Amino acid sequence: MADGRAATRENTPRGDGAPLIDVHVHFLHADAGRSDWEAVNAARRRAATRIGITYHVASVLGSYGHTSPTYFPSPEDVVRGNDAMLAMCAADARIRMYATVNPNYTSHALQEIERCAAQGAIGVKLLASRRADDRLLDPVADLAAERGLVVLHHIWQHRRREWPSQEISDGADLARLAGRHPRAVFILAHIGGGGDYLHTFPAIADFPNMYADVSGSGVDRGMLDAAVAAIGPSRLLWGTDLTMETGLAKLRALDTIGLRPVDVEGIRWRNAVGIFRAGSFPRVPLA
Amino acid sequence: MIDINTLIGPYPYRHVPHPTPEALVRVIDREQLSGAWVGHLPSAFHRDPTAGNTELYDAVAPYGAKLAPIPTIRPDWPGWDRRLSEARSRGAPAIRAYPPQWGMGPADSSIRSLVVAAGEIGMAVLLTVRFEDVRQRHGLDVAGDLPAATVRGLARAGDSVRLVVTAAGREFIEEVHWGLTAEEQARVFWDISWIWGPPEDHLAKLFRTMGADRFVFGTQWPLRLAQAPRANLDLLPDDVRGLALADVTRICAAACAQ
Repeated sequence: MADGRAATRENTPRGDGAPLIDVHVHFLHADAGRSDWEAVNAARRRAATRIGITYHVASVLGSYGHTSPTYFPSPEDVVRGNDAMLAMCAADARIRMYATVNPNYTSHALQEIERCAAQGAIGVKLLASRRADDRLLDPVADLAAERGLVVLHHIWQHRRREWPSQEISDGADLARLAGRHPRAVFILAHIGGGGDYLHTFPAIADFPNMYADVSGSGVDRGMLDAAVAAIGPSRLLWGTDLTMETGLAKLRALDTIGLRPVDVEGIRWRNAVGIFRAGSFPRVPLA
Repeated sequence: MIDINTLIGPYPYRHVPHPTPEALVRVIDREQLSGAWVGHLPSAFHRDPTAGNTELYDAVAPYGAKLAPIPTIRPDWPGWDRRLSEARSRGAPAIRAYPPQWGMGPADSSIRSLVVAAGEIGMAVLLTVRFEDVRQRHGLDVAGDLPAATVRGLARAGDSVRLVVTAAGREFIEEVHWGLTAEEQARVFWDISWIWGPPEDHLAKLFRTMGADRFVFGTQWPLRLAQAPRANLDLLPDDVRGLALADVTRICAAACAQ
């Protein structure tokens, strides 16, 4: 059992060039309060190239706490962040965007969704500014459904108490919103992003307009298996969020949990192509 | 490459798929590893880990070419020194200890005695910062994370001490590492199972500032995906990609030479 060097597998996880869509991405920007913002974005692009990501569906979360709280962004920070995101989309054909909004400023949120959608946004990003089942989110969900925009909602898996700096929602909260808006499509964010994902899966199982992305730093064994068993592979989406190595690990793990190749393909990209509006991902085959 | 952070046996707070030595050997082969150091997961939560150690020795014996037992030694339990000697005689390169689960704080003298005694016979002590993310823990799981102060204190306990700290993140590692003298730093190794990769690139930053040879490969299987640390290494920036991690035979010199 002598030790050896840290040999690494080269390059892409599945060297077949198959499409891969990351539905949960964040980029930083100049007003995010971090002097290293460009390096962090470059690191994401470097890792994405190595993993073989075809498309990033990304959002900017206001000023990331610099001038208003990350999860409660001010309208001004929402606009600045979305402007930065629009610029990134214009500069890189692999990037698509969610329009980030704060539903506490309802009219502003609706205007921002319209503004960004007109410039190519394909989804709406909701943070933790207001509980997901609050009626204040109804006009946002209505507009998203009308415009064919997918709603990615930040989630704490199993909300058992309040946590500071955010008004968290869990799968059951989002399911109540999804139940009121069956024409809208919701992505429950990052099943590996903290909290008890085992509570989430049965909470959303009966809502066919709810999908779950596998992103987050959590890489618990059994998490993917439980998700597949509860909601099926056709409602799972691949993503990374803040930790791309865990995304790659979960991508590789998909090959080891007994899924059919067509199901792996679905989680990698085909399910995403099926829920975002037509033409969102021209470099991948039609679903 | 050896995975120094694996376990067998069930976890008390959630179901874990097939945490058996048979499954572990298959994972080792799939991940192209040469072997694994294996602990007994339930023993972390038992008052007396002796029976769990017996189960561990028996369970890994058929796989001796690939699996090395890492028994749990509780230093406030009568006869712990005999258990330590037994571990050495059974070829264990290291032992596991769980101060938070045993209610031992940073100043606890028994855990200091254990790491010194283990070091004097060439055995490393594996410490676990956490088994699960704090945000998902069971209501009964109130032990809390291993404090960084505990690790600093143990690293200062003697020249012979060798610690392998598992499941730590960047901030924890840096707090300990830069709070030690160079001699003390050399006594501590870190597994990479919980260190973030890109885009924040914590692992790369730690390799640059501390050196890759302070780190060892660990997965925390069966609690976490075995693919995660390998993925992290695969995504390192070019300037630190392919660097050699610590040679575990250096960590437990005498015991590993058996």
